[in-house]
Parts: sequence; C-alpha cells; structure tokens
Amino acid sequence: MADAKMHEVIIIGSGPAGLTAAIYTARANLAPLVIEGEPSSTSDQPGGQLMLTTDVENFPGFPEGVMGPDLMMKFRDQAARFNAAFITEKVTKVDFSQRPFKVWVRDEMHQAKSIIVSTGAQSLMLGLENEKRFYGHGLSTCATCDGFFFKGQEIVVVGGGDSAIEEATFLTKFATKVTLVVRRDVLRASKIMQERAKNNPKIEIKWNAQVTELFGTEKLTGVGLVDTVTGAKSKLDVTGLFVAIGHRPNTDLFKGVLDMEDTGYLKTRPGSSYTNIAGVFACGDVQDHTYRQAITAAGSGCMAAIDCERWLESQH
Amino acid sequence: MADGIITLTSANFDETVKSATTPIVVDFWAEWCGPCKAIAPVLTEIAKEQAGKITIAKLNVDDHGDIAQRFGVMSIPTLMVFNNGEMKKKMVGAKGKSQLLAEIAEFIPTKS
Repeated sequence: MADAKMHEVIIIGSGPAGLTAAIYTARANLAPLVIEGEPSSTSDQPGGQLMLTTDVENFPGFPEGVMGPDLMMKFRDQAARFNAAFITEKVTKVDFSQRPFKVWVRDEMHQAKSIIVSTGAQSLMLGLENEKRFYGHGLSTCATCDGFFFKGQEIVVVGGGDSAIEEATFLTKFATKVTLVVRRDVLRASKIMQERAKNNPKIEIKWNAQVTELFGTEKLTGVGLVDTVTGAKSKLDVTGLFVAIGHRPNTDLFKGVLDMEDTGYLKTRPGSSYTNIAGVFACGDVQDHTYRQAITAAGSGCMAAIDCERWLESQH
Repeated sequence: MADGIITLTSANFDETVKSATTPIVVDFWAEWCGPCKAIAPVLTEIAKEQAGKITIAKLNVDDHGDIAQRFGVMSIPTLMVFNNGEMKKKMVGAKGKSQLLAEIAEFIPTKS
C-alpha cells in the first residue's frame, strides 16, 4: 500500500517538540503529516513523557499548573485546528538515502520532501532478569496510573533526579512509606525538589544503594539492595517498585542513517535543528540530553519548523 | 451505552459478564491515567468494527475498586477478556490498535 500523496513534511513523534513543529508548519500551510506513535504504558507513546506525569507546574501560561496529558491534548488540538494530519501508529522503517524521503508504517509507505524527527526519549528500566514478570504485579512504569493501587502499602522508588522525587512525592498520597533508593550520596534533583523530598515525613532516602534483586512469586514482595560503598546486601519488604533512573533516546529507527552520539542522541548543527542529512531536522529530547524540559522541547520544535520551512523554500 | 461500549459497575459486573452473548473485553481504567485515555479511542473503534463479535466494556477502578481488587488489578490500563463468564486473558498496559487486535484475535469469531 503506497500513499501516493507527496507530503511537504512528515513529523515523526508527537511530544511537545513534534506538536509545536506541527503547529508551526501547519500555520505555514505545509499541511504536516504527524506520525504520532501508538499507545503504550511507557513514555514512548503519543504525547510523549508528559502523558505519564501529573501536575506540570513550570510550563509558562498555566499559573495554577496543568495535568501533563491535558497539556498534550491542547498541543494536539492546536495542531489539528490548522489541519495537521495524524496517524496514530509507529514508524517502522525510514529511507532517507534519497529524496523524496520515505517513511513506512508497517507496509504503508509515505513520502515527503522533508522530515522532522521528534521521537523523544523513554525511561530506562533497571535491566534485572525478572523485571518483565513483575510488570503489572508490583512493578510500574507509571506512578500516576498505578499509585492508587498501593494505598496503605510500602513502596520503593529508584532514582535521584527530579522525576524520581516527583514520583515519590506523588506516591506518598497513597503509600504509608516511600523509600527513595539513590545510587550516590547526593541527589541529582533540583533544589526545590530535594527540599520537597527531605521535608516529606513519608519519604525515607536510602543513600548509596542499588536495587539488584526482585522477590515474590506472583506479586512483588520485596527488593534486594546492595550498598554501593560497602557491598553489603539488604532486603526491603515492599509491594511496589517504581523506577525513574533516566532516559534513553528513541533513535533505534535512525541507526546508521542519522549521525548520533555514542549515547544515541541525534547530533544537530549547534544553534539549529539541522541533522547530517539536508531536509531532515531533529528537535526535542531526541537531540537534547541537557535540558529535557517541555518548554525547551517546544522551543526546539519551533526551530525545526522554521528551519524546515526555509529549507523547503530554498529548494524552489 | 454510548459508542456501543458497556459501562460496568460493582452492581452489574457479574451479571453482565455472565450473560454476555459474545466474548467481552473489560477495560479497567481511571480518569487520572494518561495511557487509559490514549487507548479509549482505539477501544471505541474496535467496539464499532467488531460489533456483534466482541463486546467492549469499561470499569472505572476509582468507583468500583472492589472488582479491580477481586481480579488483582495493580496497574492500569489492564484489559481482561471474559468468555462464558470466565476470565480468559489479562493484558497489562496500553497498546496500539493493531497490537490489541492481534491479542484478542483468538476470541473474535471468524464467521459472523
């Protein structure tokens, strides 16, 4: 099945970066096609990482805060208002070796004169052997989805960054105790989030510790910890485990196609959204391991849209 | 029964699941769950396209926690397929339409 239509631009990914690029290119009459991804319970889904967060308190224009999924629906509605088209599926293959660029969704091929890559990043898991088995049985990838099920129970959150503390704080609404397991003896999180964790009587921080084992038959009953300094082992009896230890960029699709760092983040020409292929632009977390904010992603999505628009213009 | 999707409650759950004339997919969801919202349109489409072959139903875990607890739901969205009143399959986590259809294909009669 080939989509005979030649698109001016295809946007791959639909977080703040992709949807801002969609708003801008749509308003520039480029009729963007957004291949937004498909639903999942990880951050790799339409709307991106904000779909798994609750209150967003630092996005300008929302003095009372806004729920992550609500914010992303507004982004999407705004792009749709200017006639951006959406496909709610995942891109399975790309061919950027010649123009027009080709993008496949399973056996369906789409062609475009330009491409904006905004596939974002997704949360890392611990990488333990029986991790998959406990998914949905005590191990969760989404605190906002599953916190409710841990009412009156004791749980563990792994990680020392902002998102770990946001999750831990949110989970104290339900759990009697939240142990924050931090690999080092300091938190990576911002000052305000650190204060929040330290002032919350339900949060206990376990420093220099790493989760190395998961216990339980059907449901999670505990985790095994190793002290990263002394090597001493211990066990925590918990029924819930939430992991927020960082992210990896969603760039598997572009291996060997677009230039990337060793860590997988796409390389863009400094101060722009240009990749190594003329006509292919990148924006948002897929090319940013420094700021990783909704607002910076949105800003870089705008840059990609303008870069793309000017590049298309220059091709005439 | 808007969109052909049945709303289940603690009061009507057992009766509805037992008396269903087709296999029934129950979506355990809640208002505060982003991925649950993301799969809602997918379920609406499936309900329409597979009408008469499979029934889609929703159970709000916030309002009817006893049912969620009875089936050991610890993560949402969770989808369960019931056939002749018995739970036959449990799927945890949001999925895309094609993936979801593949997962429930065994319950959809090929001849209608």
